[in-house]
Amino acid sequence: MTALGKLFRTTAFKLSMAYLVIFVLFASAILGYVAFNMRRLLDEQVSLTIEEDVKGLVTQFNSGGLRRLVAQIERRASQPGSSLYLVTTPTGETLAGNISGIDQEGLLDAGRYQLFYRVLEDGDVKPHRALVDTIVLPGGFRLLVGRDLSETDRFRRVIRSAIGWSILLVLVMAVAGGVFVARRVLGRIDAMTATTRSIMAGDFSGRLAVSGTNDELDRLAQNLNAMLDRIAELMAGLREVSDNIAHDLKTPLTRLRNSAEEALRTATDTEEYRLTLENVIDEADQLIRTFNALLMIARAESGNATEGMAAFDAADVARDVAELYEPLAEEAHVTMHLTLPEKLPLYGSRELIGQALANLLDNAIKYAAREESVSEKAEISIGAVATGTGIELSVSDNGPGIPEADRARVVERFVRLEGSRSRPGSGLGLSLASAVARLHGGTLRLEDHAPGLRVVLALPVKGIGL
Amino acid sequence: MKLLIIEDDAAAAAYLEKAFREVGHMADLAANGLDGYALASDGGYDVVVVDRMLPKMDGLSLIHALREQKIETPILILSALGQVDDRVKGLRAGADDYLAKPYAFSELLARVEVLARRRGTASSTEETSYQIGGLELNRLSHRVTRDGQEIELQPREFRLLEYLMRHGGQVVTRTMLLENVWDYHFDPQTNVIDVHISRLRSKIDKGFETPLLHTVRGAGYSIRDSAR
Repeated sequence: MTALGKLFRTTAFKLSMAYLVIFVLFASAILGYVAFNMRRLLDEQVSLTIEEDVKGLVTQFNSGGLRRLVAQIERRASQPGSSLYLVTTPTGETLAGNISGIDQEGLLDAGRYQLFYRVLEDGDVKPHRALVDTIVLPGGFRLLVGRDLSETDRFRRVIRSAIGWSILLVLVMAVAGGVFVARRVLGRIDAMTATTRSIMAGDFSGRLAVSGTNDELDRLAQNLNAMLDRIAELMAGLREVSDNIAHDLKTPLTRLRNSAEEALRTATDTEEYRLTLENVIDEADQLIRTFNALLMIARAESGNATEGMAAFDAADVARDVAELYEPLAEEAHVTMHLTLPEKLPLYGSRELIGQALANLLDNAIKYAAREESVSEKAEISIGAVATGTGIELSVSDNGPGIPEADRARVVERFVRLEGSRSRPGSGLGLSLASAVARLHGGTLRLEDHAPGLRVVLALPVKGIGL
Repeated sequence: MKLLIIEDDAAAAAYLEKAFREVGHMADLAANGLDGYALASDGGYDVVVVDRMLPKMDGLSLIHALREQKIETPILILSALGQVDDRVKGLRAGADDYLAKPYAFSELLARVEVLARRRGTASSTEETSYQIGGLELNRLSHRVTRDGQEIELQPREFRLLEYLMRHGGQVVTRTMLLENVWDYHFDPQTNVIDVHISRLRSKIDKGFETPLLHTVRGAGYSIRDSAR
């Protein structure tokens, strides 16, 4: 009962019921129309033949008198068929004809009407319906011409039962179809509900079944699956990030703790304590810096850091940052080349773009720097170009570069490649630059600079809420 | 110097009060926004240090209310909210400076002293030239001389020296330099400012007997006549 009740409540069932009613109504209307017209056609045919008959017989009477008429009637009446004839005297006595058992005895009224007469059929007397035309001939004689209607009546019955049966059949098929469709849809939705429930319960590997018919339920299932994949991906990313954060913060905390502990154990004078405490503060500052960078990445990624956004000149920012890092580059014997246009308007956060560029430049100087004895000179270049849809700020170096396989990975938080772990840095620089790019609706691209690395900050000019 | 510290965390407030007292500054404490507002309304302070999240009246509303009343006491916001847009909001509300927690006391002290000095000079018109020791910087002619000897500076070096000399005798931190000379508030991670300073130092101090540009350990830099 509950299953049936559930079935009745499904959208598919309701829809198919509505269609069923409409279909049955239309089918009945069409069949009824056909039947009605057929009946009328039959009736018309009957009355037309009667009229013809009457006309012929009246002609006969007019040319040959009563005797000829009676002879004609007798001849016609003897032929098999459904034609009925009768000629009576003005008083109602039969002169000729093939009807005897007329219910209405005596004088026949003039005009067209239906009457019943009795026919001997299979040894039984049965009333038959007939359409008759009665006219009064000169002299008061009456002529009756008619047609037995039992044939047309049977035909009518056949049509009526055909209509009845076909409507019944339509009804049965529609109900069956509706139930089938409803049950099928219901079954798939129930399966979906079960899957989602198991996913909610914690089994995140579950996915909705896709039947392969590419109908709307399939598309819904595919989208939900894609959504689940994305959520799983994000969750994995989040887990990895929090694992990495925990791990990467543990290292400086351990260092901090160790130096404090060592001072307690070995320091003998205030100067040593002082040095250790300064060291501890430096470590703490580094931790704070890491936290700040993480917060900034999170803020940029959540897309909420739009408060300080305004129109500014990106070329100016690139020049500023280059100028800021120029002495550092010089100290590291790295030559810096600038290829910047006069102006490069951009809408966004000058501060964050500056920070992203500073990170890229800091990296470039760090990785381009080499021993002075190496013959090839360390060089980095900063470029900015306006593309059709936005601008591209790039920082290139001729350092060791990043293998293609690792390029996607280094953008993640705290990822530091082998060989760079020994260098100073938090492993957050590229993550931050990438988050800044995304906040501005753009991307961060890592390319081969052969040799070295080229990092491109591609930003759409009309990225955000202009 | 007389300070007002509006901070609801009692331990943090006590630490600040003690730290300021140690360097010779008086500090009054207010534990919520309303008390802070009442005290600050008198206008008798050199600098007000305000936390953003306060009971009874939040920091930004408090600053708004004070500025509405035309109380122009310099205000520094000290807040755990340290992102770029937090800072923008704070300065827009009428604060003069913004420092994110956790902070180094030396940084706070340097900033508060600069703010107090700005109040001290009262008139907003800036001097056209600064002079410390034999070093002279003329803002109009863009000339720098030491003991009459011309010193060639790059435009940025000029602005760096200008900022240092405007706050002559005071300590300016690396972040203050980045904020005021370069107009960026991010943390450069590496010692970029130090490199700029050492370049400047090589131009103004090299070859002279007494150095003027001093490094203040654990805090920043200072230009002053004699070594401490």
